[in-house]
Amino acid sequence: MKVNRSIEEINEKIKNGKAVVFTAEEIIDLVEEKGAAEAAASVDVVTTGTFGPMCSSGVFLNVGHPCPRIKLNEVYLNSVPAYAGIAAVDLYLGATALPPSDPANRNYPGDFIYGGGHVIEDLAAGKEIRLEATAYGTDCYPLKKIDTRFRLSEINEATLYNPRNAYQNYNVAINLGPKTIYTYMGVLKMNMGNANYSSAGQLSPLFNDPLMKTIGIGTRIFLGGGIGYVAWQGTQHNPSAERAENETPVNPGSTLALVGDLKQMKPRWLRGLSFLGYGATMQVGLGIPIPILNENIISHCAVRDEDLMAPIVDYHRGYPYKEGGDLGLVSYAELKSGSITVQGQNVPTASLSSYAGAREIASELKDWINSGQFMLSVPSAALPSKEAGITLNSMPQRDPDDVEAEQ
Amino acid sequence: MIKQKIVLRYPPHVVENPTIYHLIKDFDLMVNILRADINPKKEGRLMMELSGTELNYQRAVEWLQEQGLHIMGLEQQIIWRSERCTHCGACTVICPTEALAFKRPEMTVSFREDKCVVCELCLRACPARAMETLVDNANFK
Repeated sequence: MKVNRSIEEINEKIKNGKAVVFTAEEIIDLVEEKGAAEAAASVDVVTTGTFGPMCSSGVFLNVGHPCPRIKLNEVYLNSVPAYAGIAAVDLYLGATALPPSDPANRNYPGDFIYGGGHVIEDLAAGKEIRLEATAYGTDCYPLKKIDTRFRLSEINEATLYNPRNAYQNYNVAINLGPKTIYTYMGVLKMNMGNANYSSAGQLSPLFNDPLMKTIGIGTRIFLGGGIGYVAWQGTQHNPSAERAENETPVNPGSTLALVGDLKQMKPRWLRGLSFLGYGATMQVGLGIPIPILNENIISHCAVRDEDLMAPIVDYHRGYPYKEGGDLGLVSYAELKSGSITVQGQNVPTASLSSYAGAREIASELKDWINSGQFMLSVPSAALPSKEAGITLNSMPQRDPDDVEAEQ
Repeated sequence: MIKQKIVLRYPPHVVENPTIYHLIKDFDLMVNILRADINPKKEGRLMMELSGTELNYQRAVEWLQEQGLHIMGLEQQIIWRSERCTHCGACTVICPTEALAFKRPEMTVSFREDKCVVCELCLRACPARAMETLVDNANFK
């Protein structure tokens, strides 16, 4: 019996409380036991999850007009600068923004104790946020200065818009150099003292739908503890990354841009982070449901950590200076075991992404679907996958004054 | 025989006394110093492991108190704020004593105070800043 199910049919089952939902972890054994065909016949949805640091995250805010009105120019939220180069009281606050007073790496390695991600967490927690702003004043927006406080519930909109989340695979960071380095992949001890990775592996959304057959623009998801949507492909989306036989990439591959209403979200799943010597960022919790439309889709969902490979990258010279050669691949099963072998040396591993958090998200999303409060959406358009031929560009570095060279 | 990890806090007037000499000579204790510092107010702080007979240890504690020193258990020095912890595991490769360890297959972080030597490396290595110290290093609070 060939399974050919539609999202509408699945939603009908969800409405009637009859949908069968598994997490991406639970589905592994079922497919192993019963085979893909039988599993696809009995399961309607597989839920995924991930809870890792995602720097390309932030929130659009409309803080409302004071009286007299103001066209915000330079804006600080709890001393963290927000971008105001849009309409008068619209702002964008990015997760990695830092107060100008932060000593950053002048006191190396810097602590980066409070940044944009922390403001977003505080907003979600309902805490009062101080807004300090200046403006140049216009006939229509005369106010030139404001210093006030507000809570999330008191402003018009707070739309989380994350330009790049849910990375389909990521580097395993090691340090081949002679001293400790401080990176966005955490503290890396000298001479391969540790190896840090950042993916939920077998629970991660884009590892379970590697060619994005079901995830597209408009896919409804779990975002930060509320409901969000896939808005677009993420920045640095690289579906042309080299893939294994099971179609999962062995390098950082596809990414997603996500959008959702911050007012629904919870500080539990949007956490301000401080990476020693690197900066501030935010840990984002997200989960994507995968509709089991056919047997092929469920076989991808059954992927195991053993079959998911990540590239080992040196962050001493390799990553920052794009130097050096291939250090090989390692499976997520090995990474999660606590140590890997690199160039014959045993290296302890640690994760930056919370697997326990990913599990909790996949299971919460499953509960939402089981209780009929979360329906699946039909994507409005597909995202570019491997056939799109997208390649990653590096920044051109040309002499701005050498006009001749350009012609 | 007992083995205890403690923190001694010295007020300024006793900070120059040869306390450790007496612990060894008069009370026959084995002393393993983990960390020691003196702040600008001339207060001292000494973290160490003491081992010896129970009787000698008790007598030493009484003697230390008579000298005006404050004694605290080492396990109270570092606090794991579990509600802040996201269980990523980044701390577990930084902690040198496996006081912070990763439980498998739960994939969660656990903190064993008895293994902690108060090196404080975890405080800044934790991205969620879930580790805290009771001790303000500049002033010992």
